Amino acid sequence: MTDEARKAAERAARESYGRLVAFLAARTRDVAGAEDALAEAFASALKSWPDDGVPTNPDAWLLTVARRRQADAIRRRQTRTSGEAHIQLMTEELEEAAADPAAIPDRRLALMFACVHPAIERGMRAPLILQTILGLTAIDIAAAFLIPPATMGQRLVRAKSRIKEAGIPFAIPEREDLPERLDAVLEAIYAAYAKGWTEIGDTTADRLADEAIWLGRLVVSLLPDEPEAKGMLALMLYAEARRHARRTANGAYVPLEQQDTDLWDEPQIMAAEAMLRDANSAGPTGRYQIEAAIQSAHVARRVTGRPNWDAVVALYDVLLKLTDSPVVILNRAAALLETLGAPAALASLDTIATDKRMADYQPYWAARGHLAARAGRKDEAYEALTLAIGLSTDEAVRHYLMDQRNKLQDG
Amino acid sequence: MRYMMVIHNDDEALAGANQQQLWADYAAFNQALAKAGAGFTSGERLQPGKDGTIVRTRTGKTDVLDGPYTDTKEQFAGYFFIDVPTLEEAVEWANRCPSSRFGTIEIRQIVGAGEG
Repeated sequence: MTDEARKAAERAARESYGRLVAFLAARTRDVAGAEDALAEAFASALKSWPDDGVPTNPDAWLLTVARRRQADAIRRRQTRTSGEAHIQLMTEELEEAAADPAAIPDRRLALMFACVHPAIERGMRAPLILQTILGLTAIDIAAAFLIPPATMGQRLVRAKSRIKEAGIPFAIPEREDLPERLDAVLEAIYAAYAKGWTEIGDTTADRLADEAIWLGRLVVSLLPDEPEAKGMLALMLYAEARRHARRTANGAYVPLEQQDTDLWDEPQIMAAEAMLRDANSAGPTGRYQIEAAIQSAHVARRVTGRPNWDAVVALYDVLLKLTDSPVVILNRAAALLETLGAPAALASLDTIATDKRMADYQPYWAARGHLAARAGRKDEAYEALTLAIGLSTDEAVRHYLMDQRNKLQDG
Repeated sequence: MRYMMVIHNDDEALAGANQQQLWADYAAFNQALAKAGAGFTSGERLQPGKDGTIVRTRTGKTDVLDGPYTDTKEQFAGYFFIDVPTLEEAVEWANRCPSSRFGTIEIRQIVGAGEG
């Protein structure tokens, strides 16, 4: 029974955590307070469910207990009449909601918008969403974002006080502000995914990729008319589909063009394609839709035996107009190698050679080395590959680059 | 923010590493450090801690002892400097340092004017 109770509590935590935090915090704007109240409710659940049995509706049970704690806490802090009225209102609303949990309004989207408000430090937006919507611990988040746990904990606390003190609204922005603000939500979720994608072989990070996809699905379900949300979900699914192909059995790095397409996850690709089609039929084309389309052109190789490089370059041109990002120029150069050849690809890289952001950006030097080697410019290739090796934190990638550099001397 | 990156090596683990690979890794890392810009200075490598000398003066009496300073598996082995805006980036540089794979990199922010 204890086990069953714990599992029920864990399931409720996983599935309802964000929904309940968002609901509890929506009126008070006190995310930390809502989390504390909910944590106490989960603690009581773990204590009483093993003896009394799991309630028919765990959400309603948790909400009732959390609401009492929250009201107590507010009463302790403020005694003014306005505060009392506030509590009264909240209590009534919660009373109603607890009676019919299906009626608990889903405020998670509003909470996500609060977490990515311009007043919140950019780098903390993804961690904040991961904690408030998914209930991930500061320790897990710290591990994925390469921050000491205590520092991450302090920053999360600070970000939550900021929501309260700055009076950041828990609201879905008006139509005209939505695209820009939604972009911040998507950026935070994608940042979480990117952490889970790059840190290979690390279980916390693997889980982070799953959680980010879960958040992507959540946003799509809460904003079904936003093509960019679908575009981003498609993009994550494409990347996820190739997860097992990017390393050999003994852990060596395999670049995209050399991946064994049989190792790509077919159902995942189909899901990505369907999601992208859905996004494309729905309206304006944004950054994520184009990036997903590029992935789609890459995976075409699965059917045709060769990737569609012309389409990839054309899509990068569109993306470049939209973002004007040096990383796009970098990725476009790799595709240009296949269509126009190495000298043209290198020339395009020259346009970002003095960009300060590239100075310690490992992918830039890896690409530069690869292209220079293909162009027969050995000295330049050697130097660029050396820098790329020095900047690599991933052992498999480092070995791959060393191999490339050794081949320069052999050939 | 300027950071001193303090390298503590586990000499035993270091001796077990593929030396040629290690020096190739270090050469590449130092080049990356040199290329990264102002405020990045390649540091120095120190002789092993067991060959160090310890000086202690207490109530007028001076002790001069043989090293190492602390009797631990990992010993202070060297350092380098970086100048990056955030702790995240400092962690990234520590991660790139080959010694992070055989020992520990301690990140210490340098106290600047007004930070005392």
